Amino acid sequence: MHIVVCVKQVPDTKIIKINPKTNTLDRRSAPAILNPYDAHAVQEAVKIIEKTGGTISVLSMGPPQATAVIKKSIEIGADRGYLISDRAFAGADTLATSYALSKALERIGKDLPVDMVICGKHAIDGDTGQVGPGIARRMDIPPVTNVIEVTEVNEQEKTVLIKRKSTNGNELIQADLPCLLTVEKEINNIEYSPLPNMIKAVRYEPVIWTVADLENVECTQLGLKGSPTIVGKMFTPPKPEGGKRLEGSSDEQVKQLMGILMEKKELLTLQSSK
Amino acid sequence: MKLEEYQGVWVFIEQNDRVIEGVSLELLGAGRKLADKLNVSLAGVLLGEGIKPLASEVITGGADEVYVIDHPVLKDYRTESYMKCIMLLAEKYKPEIFLYGATPNGKDLASAVATDLNTGLTADTTMLDVDVDNRLLEASRPAFGGNIMATILCKKHRPQMATVRPKVMKALEPDTARAGKIIEETISLAEEDMRTKVFQIVKDVTKKASLAEAHVIVCGGKGMGDLQNFGLLYELAETIGASVGGTRDVVEAGWLPHHLQIGQTGETVTPKIYFAVAVSGAIQHVVGMKNSEIIIAINKDPNAPIFDVATYGIVGDAMEIIPKLIEEFKQVPINQGGEISYA
Repeated sequence: MHIVVCVKQVPDTKIIKINPKTNTLDRRSAPAILNPYDAHAVQEAVKIIEKTGGTISVLSMGPPQATAVIKKSIEIGADRGYLISDRAFAGADTLATSYALSKALERIGKDLPVDMVICGKHAIDGDTGQVGPGIARRMDIPPVTNVIEVTEVNEQEKTVLIKRKSTNGNELIQADLPCLLTVEKEINNIEYSPLPNMIKAVRYEPVIWTVADLENVECTQLGLKGSPTIVGKMFTPPKPEGGKRLEGSSDEQVKQLMGILMEKKELLTLQSSK
Repeated sequence: MKLEEYQGVWVFIEQNDRVIEGVSLELLGAGRKLADKLNVSLAGVLLGEGIKPLASEVITGGADEVYVIDHPVLKDYRTESYMKCIMLLAEKYKPEIFLYGATPNGKDLASAVATDLNTGLTADTTMLDVDVDNRLLEASRPAFGGNIMATILCKKHRPQMATVRPKVMKALEPDTARAGKIIEETISLAEEDMRTKVFQIVKDVTKKASLAEAHVIVCGGKGMGDLQNFGLLYELAETIGASVGGTRDVVEAGWLPHHLQIGQTGETVTPKIYFAVAVSGAIQHVVGMKNSEIIIAINKDPNAPIFDVATYGIVGDAMEIIPKLIEEFKQVPINQGGEISYA
């Protein structure tokens, strides 16, 4: 079994600060981290390989410093890491990103055929969730998104049993291998990394490829050129007025609030005391 | 690509168990405006098994045309079968704009279709408009972080596609007098060619609505102090028939499961009433709740950013306010509440 996990380096949105002058995010204020959903994707690969045996590769696209998230993935339990890094990839939207990653997957698959690709549900910086299904289409393998459980991997039959979140509940799905999964956070808990992994991660040097290392690449499909979407304009939405403060003692505040809420009482389902 | 060959606004009509999703009707409402501005027709795309009777609902919802593919293989949503249908229709009829609800299935489908059509797709749009002169869809969404909106354009590829957040656009009042055309297409699909099989669908049948559907939400932040204090919010929610959610901090502290997280990495919610209790109002959180109709913020810190988005703010200690509020509600005769009771 060979699983490739696609990972992304993102700024930690939890502690990022806003530049009050420009109203944009000060990326320098936030450390770069492994996209949290991708950490769960790596962890799930580890869980699967524990049962089936095999190899976990991680693949990322980004600047040279993105090797940090590959090392982090090695810590969680990945065996190998690949980074595609080239100016030609810069400015890629989701379509161009899935193209570049699928080309790298093609190259990885030449050495060791890929049985499964796992991605996080989305990256917390772009928040689109479009790259995973895009890769699956380019590889012509079935995508299964919003996965909350990998129930069973059947290597003989070449199938996998999966639970996914659909629009109205959960579905139990069987997909043929190879396939691509995008995972939710609730799929697993990130385990503490075993010491040998941590030692390996420190010393690990991922394979770094440029466009020239990939095969059959149409350069017009890469980066900014290969991206059909552009940002037209940025604007600040009308600033909320910052509503009314309810003043007074806590009793008075509660009383005013009750007045407001009782006007909307048709929305409430009151359970009064017995 | 000859852009002028592409005409009309399309909406993917998502149905589950032969019930049309609310977001699809909302998109018919939004799509109607775009189509009128561009002076083109609005069409719905309806896929499934035994779904022909739903076509009239698409027309009363605002569409001029409904493209219908009714096939047993389409009984349950699957990327491969649904995208085949969409590809067939889009390549044959060439719409210029194509909208999908930003639901798990809508996003899944749109992402796959955009790849095969080699066109642009904007995710989780919250504002839609058109530049009529250039026939460009202006799909706007909170940019990374959310205090700023970005308008995404797709100038050289068609159709211009976007997924749109549920509960952001407004559905039209159903108009039974509307006339429309139903166009049935056939496709050859065989179950044995499918690489995925849906074995079982477990519907969410929890009594209380899921967060995204909830009309009233009580959301707690780390400022609640500990898990025991957080329990007060459940009591309030129980008293008024609300759903409970939390900030990312609260989820990471293990007080709530992931699926109850509200914010950029959790659910986006637009209830009628939103209580933000001891929530500071980090942008990460605010993007997930700021479109709520009434936001009531309770926080000790008068400078907490949550007060900027709040409709009503109470500077005070949640541990003092919330019990009093619960007490007040318990005094209200029950027949003054809403008509549905979960009791």
